[in-house]
Amino acid sequence: MTDNRFFNRSELIGILVLAVFLVVVLPLSLDVFRLNLVAKYLTYAFVALGLVICWGYGGILSLGQGVFFGLGGYCMAMFLKLEASSVENTKIQSTPGIPDFMDWNQITALPFFWKPFNSLTFTIAAIILVPGIFALIIGTAMFKRRVGGTYFAIITQAVAAIMTILIVGQQGYTGGINGMTDLRTLKGWDIRPDHAKIVLYFFEVGCLLVCIMIAQFVRHSKLGRILVAMREKEDRVRFSGYSVANFKIFAFCIAAVFAAIGGAMFALNVGFMSPSFVGIVPSIEMVIYTAVGGRLSILGAIYGTLLVNFAKTSLSETFPELWLFGLGGLFIAVVLAFPNGLAGIWGDYVQPRIDRLIASRKSKPDGWTDSSVADGAPAE
Amino acid sequence: MLVGHQPKEFLLAVEALTVSFDGFKAVNDLSFYVDENEIRVIIGPNGAGKTTVLDLICGKTKATSGSIQFRGKELTRMKENEIVKTGVGRKFQNPSIYDDLTVFENLEISYPRGRSVFGALTFTRDAAVRDRVHEVAEMIFLKDRLHMNADLLSHGQKQWLEIGMLLIQDPDLLMLDEPVAGMSVSERAKTAELLNRIIKNRSVLVIEHDMKFVEDIAHKVTVLHQGQILSEGTMEKVKNDPKVVEVYLGH
Repeated sequence: MTDNRFFNRSELIGILVLAVFLVVVLPLSLDVFRLNLVAKYLTYAFVALGLVICWGYGGILSLGQGVFFGLGGYCMAMFLKLEASSVENTKIQSTPGIPDFMDWNQITALPFFWKPFNSLTFTIAAIILVPGIFALIIGTAMFKRRVGGTYFAIITQAVAAIMTILIVGQQGYTGGINGMTDLRTLKGWDIRPDHAKIVLYFFEVGCLLVCIMIAQFVRHSKLGRILVAMREKEDRVRFSGYSVANFKIFAFCIAAVFAAIGGAMFALNVGFMSPSFVGIVPSIEMVIYTAVGGRLSILGAIYGTLLVNFAKTSLSETFPELWLFGLGGLFIAVVLAFPNGLAGIWGDYVQPRIDRLIASRKSKPDGWTDSSVADGAPAE
Repeated sequence: MLVGHQPKEFLLAVEALTVSFDGFKAVNDLSFYVDENEIRVIIGPNGAGKTTVLDLICGKTKATSGSIQFRGKELTRMKENEIVKTGVGRKFQNPSIYDDLTVFENLEISYPRGRSVFGALTFTRDAAVRDRVHEVAEMIFLKDRLHMNADLLSHGQKQWLEIGMLLIQDPDLLMLDEPVAGMSVSERAKTAELLNRIIKNRSVLVIEHDMKFVEDIAHKVTVLHQGQILSEGTMEKVKNDPKVVEVYLGH
């Protein structure tokens, strides 16, 4: 059997199909511009992946994932911005060697918290640790006090709002509403030309596949089953000797770290970072991607993200005013009609037919195979 | 000197326990003691505070005053999961199981290993776990339903599953809230048989309304009324207590 701690057979096939789709099919069929758009969409897939663990499995709805996406993105952008702000590049400024927006805001020296971002190693650590620790603090403050459900969702919204206000307000340190633009090189390697975009795309897909494996591992571990158990009967888990709060904090932190990796990828692939990816609206959009794809399905959430974003790009080009209504309508439709999203439709309607087809091809019927994508039941 | 005359060690000592909800004293200055390997049944009319007593012992509700000592440890200041680790297990009134998981997974989660976040991540389903799950599943009559989703079980089977989840925890004090409520006659008989088997080497605190069942299993009965003890002793003694007959057994 191919069953192990990461996936069972049907999941392995699913992951391989996704890998082929992202690594072979899309790069061969899309031009660089479109491929770069896919790279941008995939940055949200990291967030959706985290939401599957946190919301789908753990039942913790966070409406503030944009905060973590932003923290990761800003950490990456700070490094890139510093590299783009070398003394030669900025010699026309009144203080050369600091980012342009600081100069415009009469700041004359690099603030202390910017200095470590000269180091790429520090930046990579910060991308993981800053959002991770921030999520740990929020999670501890909330879950240890048994704040959950709607109240938790509202608080994450508030955090998202505060974060946006903070970034916009501290223009001299953050670039304000414009964000950090004009990011150029990574360790001297220009990230803007077409070939760099392609390399970055593959790098991102690689990271996404690694994150998928991590999510699969969590899901298949006993921890994954405890999350499901907690979602249903929190008290039973508590009185079976588990600290429910710690498990919730873990789920929230892992979702935060995934979101942050997505944010960092965004800064690299798209070439800027701004508060418009941090606030309430983007945070809710990220939840919608997950809901459409299927909040219980790791792969479903990724396809959902791609699909909704494709729709967003093409529809908002044609009907810019209608798009938001469309998105809202889609969310309501999914919640009412398909609570398990695309993965639910796949598992309920498509998969059984494929199975039947395969079974009828084989002369001897070998019974039904348990292979619904949305089902978390691991084989023993 | 007091040599040779030590006070008896109780497994559970509840003393002057009081809890008040907005001034209403659900449990009022309650004291009782449970011995090792004793089966104690708590009976009483609705609203007497029976479930609240269990809630207080397992930490679900915090006491306003008083003390609960379990093997000399003060439980009133501990967190729920720590209380479980000292050896107290609790079954809820409505079967509290995980519908989306299989019977096997339900039992496995209660297996007392890997209870920390890291422990749960690295937990492996080894032979010890598997054997214990199979052993318990056999006891609770669910051996051939291990890979069925728990929501497909009947009400009685769900009750057994939750009892099984407690068994796998192997607590020193097992607290059961109406274990036979809503069961058919045959299920009830099987449950009595099950309980009689699992009470060996542990103390059990049971809330039950079914008098026949209580007579079958109880070593000692405590009658609660309005948060206080009305009567305590053997079933025989309690049954003939005029106060008990008046408030509870009379109707």
